[in-house]
Amino acid sequence: MDWSRTYDVLVVGGGNAGLCAALSARRAGASVLLLESSPRELRGGNSRHTRNLRCMHVQPADVLTEAYPEEEYWEDLCKVTGGQTNEALARMVIRRSATCRPWMSRYGVRFQPSLGGTLHLSRTNAFFLGGGKALVNAYYRAAEALGVDVAYGAEVRELELEGSRFLSAGVSVKGFRHRARARTLVAAAGGFQANTAWLREAWGPAADNFIIRGTPYDDGTVLKLLSGAGMRTVGDPTQGHAVAIDARAPRFDGGIVTRVDCVSLGIVVNEHAARFYDEGEDFWPKRYAIWGRLVARQPDQIAYAIIDAKMPGTFVPPVFPPVEAPTIRELAAALRLEPAALERTVEDFNRAVRPGAFDHAVLDGCATEGLSPPKSHWARRLDTPPFSAYPLRPGITFTYLGLAVDERARVLAGDGRPSDNVFAAGEIMAGNILGKGYLAGIGMTIGTVFGTIAGEEAARHAAP
Amino acid sequence: MRPPDTLPRELAAEGERVMRLCNACRYCEGFCAVFPALERRLSFAEADLVYLANLCHNCGECWYACQYAPPHEFELAFSRTLAQIRAVSYQQNARPRALAGLMRHGGRAAAWLSAAGLLLFLALELARGGTGGLVAPHPDAAGAFHAQISHGAMVAVFLTAGLWAAAALALGLAAFWRQTGERPGDVVASRAAAQGFWDALRLRYLDGGGGGCAYPDEVPSQARRWLHHLTVAGFGLCFASTSVAAIYHYGLALPAPYPLLSLPVVLGTLGGGGLLLGPAGLLWLKLRRNPAIVDPAQTGLDVGFLVLLQLAAGTGLLLMALRQTAAMGTLLALHLGLVLALFVTMPYGKFVHAVYRYAALVRYALEQRRPRPRFGSE
Ligand SMILES: Cc1cc2nc3c(=O)[nH]c(=O)nc-3n(C[C@H](O)[C@H](O)[C@H](O)COP(=O)(O)OP(=O)(O)OC[C@H]3O[C@@H](n4cnc5c(N)ncnc54)[C@H](O)[C@@H]3O)c2cc1C
Ligand code: HEM
Ligand code: SF4
Ligand code: SF4
Repeated sequence: MDWSRTYDVLVVGGGNAGLCAALSARRAGASVLLLESSPRELRGGNSRHTRNLRCMHVQPADVLTEAYPEEEYWEDLCKVTGGQTNEALARMVIRRSATCRPWMSRYGVRFQPSLGGTLHLSRTNAFFLGGGKALVNAYYRAAEALGVDVAYGAEVRELELEGSRFLSAGVSVKGFRHRARARTLVAAAGGFQANTAWLREAWGPAADNFIIRGTPYDDGTVLKLLSGAGMRTVGDPTQGHAVAIDARAPRFDGGIVTRVDCVSLGIVVNEHAARFYDEGEDFWPKRYAIWGRLVARQPDQIAYAIIDAKMPGTFVPPVFPPVEAPTIRELAAALRLEPAALERTVEDFNRAVRPGAFDHAVLDGCATEGLSPPKSHWARRLDTPPFSAYPLRPGITFTYLGLAVDERARVLAGDGRPSDNVFAAGEIMAGNILGKGYLAGIGMTIGTVFGTIAGEEAARHAAP
Repeated sequence: MRPPDTLPRELAAEGERVMRLCNACRYCEGFCAVFPALERRLSFAEADLVYLANLCHNCGECWYACQYAPPHEFELAFSRTLAQIRAVSYQQNARPRALAGLMRHGGRAAAWLSAAGLLLFLALELARGGTGGLVAPHPDAAGAFHAQISHGAMVAVFLTAGLWAAAALALGLAAFWRQTGERPGDVVASRAAAQGFWDALRLRYLDGGGGGCAYPDEVPSQARRWLHHLTVAGFGLCFASTSVAAIYHYGLALPAPYPLLSLPVVLGTLGGGGLLLGPAGLLWLKLRRNPAIVDPAQTGLDVGFLVLLQLAAGTGLLLMALRQTAAMGTLLALHLGLVLALFVTMPYGKFVHAVYRYAALVRYALEQRRPRPRFGSE
């Protein structure tokens, strides 16, 4: 690595957004240095855990069925964010999502039809063959072939700015400090979800029980440096994407496999063996993103999804085997819950279940009556041993607090004026579009659209 | 040493663990048949692991695509674990079981057998023509081979060896199929069998879901697939050449050797070429492959078979080129010895992968015809 060189474009972060920026800047003729804080084997940040991106399309197209027009995409986004979004930026992302796939294919990304168990996404989301790590690998191969300089294990720890103008970055590589100089900066270093101290500031001590679903390297350093230098931020630090995942998941990087998809089929209790939310409110894919916050609000941020022997086979099998017992009493003991309390909860639930024809593929008529909270669908008595439980904890996917940008991906300074030469893409600016809530696959769409824009704009700015 | 009746406990546990991970993830579903097949299952007993392991073509894609590959703490090495299970299953299904141990010493067994074959055929030649006959040149090729060695003896030896190999492989296939619990006849006579045969023949799953697979390195490539086609074609052509020669001999009363432009010689030459070049290319790729995706303990099995194919083919071509010289007698014995070793060791070496992969592909085709489990609000 030649640290004396001044590059046209410095990209910080080698996930999807950073790679899209590096590729499009290099393609536009700029010299590019990409710094990634993880070692090579763990490169790709959260992006290597992804599986799809959400694309607008007006007719069936390659792996996508039917049509997903702009208006419907926009309405879906409004629904999940409750209107907390920047319409101009959001619509730009939606429109440009239609042309992402050909661009991605050019750099070696391959697609596949929606995966088993995700038919509900076959219309809206294009799945990557092999998932996000295969995508990231393809982009790194393309970047190397095009002559992008890549440094792994290179963590940006300091940024030198003059007003809102970027001058250089202080980088730590294998414990030694270097200075990276470039005419422009693309900040694509992800959210701050791996920074437990920061999560604690936002969430209080509950944050200690959060599991980070993705990379441990997205610690928000670059976000903090830029906002500390006076750049404008958007969003609330407690907002983000959080789901309920298996409590036995690794502290970081457990990714997709730690999902537990049987919440809507059984009941969920907290550590007092009490139910706390309607498990059958809606289809699981529409509800899983609220369960992270629900569990986060329970004592000690723990909950247990309980099913009986009728359920296996109707949901994607979770990675870890369940805690199993022949009776509810023994299950409670195994979970260290109060046996009498769990028995009471299950009895109350069983008594409230009304007869109905169970069908997990539709919003069926199996509901409880006179129970609080109710279970509105898929309510069946827990009566067939053995009983199984999966412990749940909040799993943070990514945070939304980010840098405010304009439609050219330029970061806005405190006075609202765009910086000359600082751009942002990906999770680090997703809060412009996601004030709250989440639409499956939009994270990669935001990163791809803003990444390519940031790369082009940075290259243009750096051109003599 | 008798082969294990069950998978070693640790390997079975690791097999189940990796299956659980992939079943919860599914990102690799588009690469091959293994993932759609495992997604039909909720648990992974030994029979499931053996089936899935033999369905895997060890293409490498899922290694590079896996976010849980080492150094991730899950240390998921899916294709390597499957390769290890495959190796055990080869031993379990080898028949007669007493010879299963050869699987571990394939190279050495082939070497000894070739040597024994060489001696056998030398002895037969000596019996026929004495030392003088062995080194005599044959300017006029007609009838030369059988001047060296009695046709009856040759046929007797190869018929025995061929029947032996075929019977052992068929018994292995039956044992493998029994473990799947499918209907006995379906493995050879069903629409699924036709589908499985076609998928095996074109190596559908060495294609990495389109565009080639990650062998020898990360960049998708069709190299292995085409080199394997070349090898199989070579093998097939050599087989065809021998069959045509048999027809000539018995049907048309035309004894070998045949003129250069005759069908047996043309088929044999093309086949021999394929068996020299295909394995050469596969060996070249093997030198450059990523050791992480394979079970390194099986390198010997692969290399032993590749080299034996090349030696058999190489001596065959040499024999044809030098059949009018004094070297012919020795070369003939050498060639026949190697071919004999190849046949006898087929059921105890790499060749069995063809049988079990075929059977696994047939089973996959059967399963694909059944409804899939439905998970929630699809
Ligand atoms: C389990 C999981 C599944 C997901 N599935 C999907 C999905 O299917 N579809 C979808 O759209 N979204 C999904 N997401 C969200 C998606 O991962 C993100 O929206 C997207 O990957 C963000 O890309 P990015 O490039 O901004 O961030 P990242 O991919 O996280 O990349 C940021 C990079 O910056 C590096 N970095 C951080 N700080 C520094 C520093 N100081 N110096 C140098 N480098 C630094 C990090 O190492 C990292 O590699 C998922 C997330 C998770 C965790
Ligand atoms: C049913 C038909 C067959 C199938 C589906 C098949 C499939 C495969 C696959 C997937 C591999 C690579 C993975 C591995 O090493 O196990 C392989 C390797 C190999 N095959 Fe086959 N095969 C078939 C038939 C044959 C035949 C008939 C021959 C030879 C005569 C052959 C020779 C080889 C050799 C030598 C290798 C090792 C290559 C190497 O080590 O790189 N195969 N086969
Ligand atoms: S190999 Fe890895 S990425 Fe592929 S399905 Fe299995 S767990 Fe997922
Ligand atoms: S190595 Fe290839 S064939 Fe085997 S499981 Fe992985 S992707 Fe499938």
